[in-house]
Amino acid sequence: MEQILLRHNKPGRPVTFYEYSSEGGFVALKKALNTMSPDDVQQAVIDSGLRGRGGAGFPTGKKWSFVPRNLPGPRWLICNCDEMEPGTYKDRVLLEANPYSLVEGIVLACYAIGVRHAFIFIRRGYEQAAANLRRAIAEATTAGLLGENILGSGFSCDIDLHISAGRYICGEETALMNALEGKRANPRAKPPFPAVKGLWGGPTVVNNVESLANIPSIIANGPQWFKDTAATPEAAGMKLFCVSGHVASPACVELPLGMKLGEIIEGHCGGMRPGSTFKSCLPGGASTPYFTRDHWDVPMDFDPVAKAGSRLGTGGIVVFDQHTCMVAVTLNLVRFYARESCGWCTPCREGLPYVVHLLELIESGYGSAEHIAILREHVQHLNYSFCALAPGAMGPVDGLLRHFEEEVREHIVKGKCPCRN
Amino acid sequence: MIPEHMRHELQSRIAAAVTNREAAVDVMKTLQAHYGWLTDEAVIEAAGLLELSPLQVEELATFYEMIYRRPVGRHVIHVCDSISCWAMGGESLLQNIAGLLGIKVGETTPDGQFTLLPCCCLGNCGQAPTLMIGDAIFGAVTVESASELLDKKRRDS
Ligand SMILES: Cc1cc2nc3c(=O)[nH]c(=O)nc-3n(C[C@H](O)[C@H](O)[C@H](O)COP(=O)(O)O)c2cc1C
Ligand code: SF4
Ligand code: FES
Repeated sequence: MEQILLRHNKPGRPVTFYEYSSEGGFVALKKALNTMSPDDVQQAVIDSGLRGRGGAGFPTGKKWSFVPRNLPGPRWLICNCDEMEPGTYKDRVLLEANPYSLVEGIVLACYAIGVRHAFIFIRRGYEQAAANLRRAIAEATTAGLLGENILGSGFSCDIDLHISAGRYICGEETALMNALEGKRANPRAKPPFPAVKGLWGGPTVVNNVESLANIPSIIANGPQWFKDTAATPEAAGMKLFCVSGHVASPACVELPLGMKLGEIIEGHCGGMRPGSTFKSCLPGGASTPYFTRDHWDVPMDFDPVAKAGSRLGTGGIVVFDQHTCMVAVTLNLVRFYARESCGWCTPCREGLPYVVHLLELIESGYGSAEHIAILREHVQHLNYSFCALAPGAMGPVDGLLRHFEEEVREHIVKGKCPCRN
Repeated sequence: MIPEHMRHELQSRIAAAVTNREAAVDVMKTLQAHYGWLTDEAVIEAAGLLELSPLQVEELATFYEMIYRRPVGRHVIHVCDSISCWAMGGESLLQNIAGLLGIKVGETTPDGQFTLLPCCCLGNCGQAPTLMIGDAIFGAVTVESASELLDKKRRDS
């Protein structure tokens, strides 16, 4: 199958600068700087239908178009490589194999938006990815593809790395800007939106690694080509799906957007591991409501997944087998969010530990029917939090109550976890 | 006190930053690597270098998972307790490693070699369960492979 992002990969080692360049790498950058205006580049990305790969699925070209062109002072691009959402490891797989398409994508994005200086915000634990990027930046600079007066076009652009020290909330775009500025990484109020007032008060675009790494192929091959790589007419492009949990061969695979869930699990991850049958999965990372066997044929694309009651999120598919207790899964997930809460707003800081407490009661056999009602209420109430972390935390709780209420009730009736002997 | 060459390195890192405090995480990490953890002395030194108050540095230091404001062992073992690792037996792995070290989770061995901490997803979910020691990530860890890893670390230090 045709691949976009993993096309250059070499087994067991990162691709080299020479290999990437001789296999069609940097063709897009040359094409853009020689023959396209910044607006042309932006329009191509709009026409391609590319939607953000960092979780929210916002159209990338449209996001760029919100940046005012006439404000004085610097504007910024930030590449979000925080990737701390449990079950998500696609950006690491991509960057450990090939840092160049991201570097090229960033320069193209900077050209389109008129940015002189970009940052890549990298989480702690991704030191190998950071080392690859550092090398790629040095090589691209030497080759005149980055830095001053790129390819003699008059356009200049630098990329800096910021290596963080571990905290999930840093991935939220406004918290990320505080983190980059060296402030405590609490989210900021929106509006003003980052496109108008972001990093150091300047217009700022935040994009995910995978979103930016897709830009070169869009520019090189055209928006329609990119669009057509998807599995359905409504979808656009390919997606890195990272699968983990009880499948036979967990892997990060690049597949057409819109491919069916069942096909990804059966066809590309070897099905379930021996002795396991499919019970449920998180379709797009830790904050997405569960899918069940009933969702086997849902096309894995933004709108169809939303229509089916969940979110495509990051494309991190975490699979659970028949022995897994869904209350216990939900407890693990909400514990994660309660610990990672930045503490800024009351619903999240106080609400999540309470939800953890209720799930603990149910899981250990001390739950009551009333607890189910309180949990359901909290799925609504935590929408009143300051940022998207707390609503995300309630995604799995929402899924638990919609698809596994029977199982929750069984805990209460039996006074113990029915999945444990 | 940090050595003079380290002070100069940090000063030039700060000079290259857009604002002083943009370099705060790098400064804290360098000081932590020097002292083993971010000591009170290190917080005051970082504040001096960054032209912040010690309280402003403290506010940052306590925010990050991998900045240690309490003494830790030579090797900090971070065992992922997030969902994919949990599904693949991460919980019992953590308890078993605690058993191997003869400490509780969160403690440091009496010889000061190891500190054991649970941590968030390490982005290695396809090879669960995962742990990290220093900068190195280890996937598909079993009790046996963890035990070997500890022996190797003991021998190396
Ligand atoms: C709590 C939280 C954590 C997030 N973590 C990440 C992350 O690690 N990486 C990422 O790209 N986006 C993350 N996001 C989404 C970002 O806020 C932002 O939408 C995204 O980086 C935009 O990039 P895109 O448009 O290319 O998807 C997170 C959002 C929230 C609320
Ligand atoms: S929802 Fe949670 S993470 Fe977001 S601002 Fe409120 S306390 Fe912080
Ligand atoms: S869940 Fe453990 S590495 Fe991601």
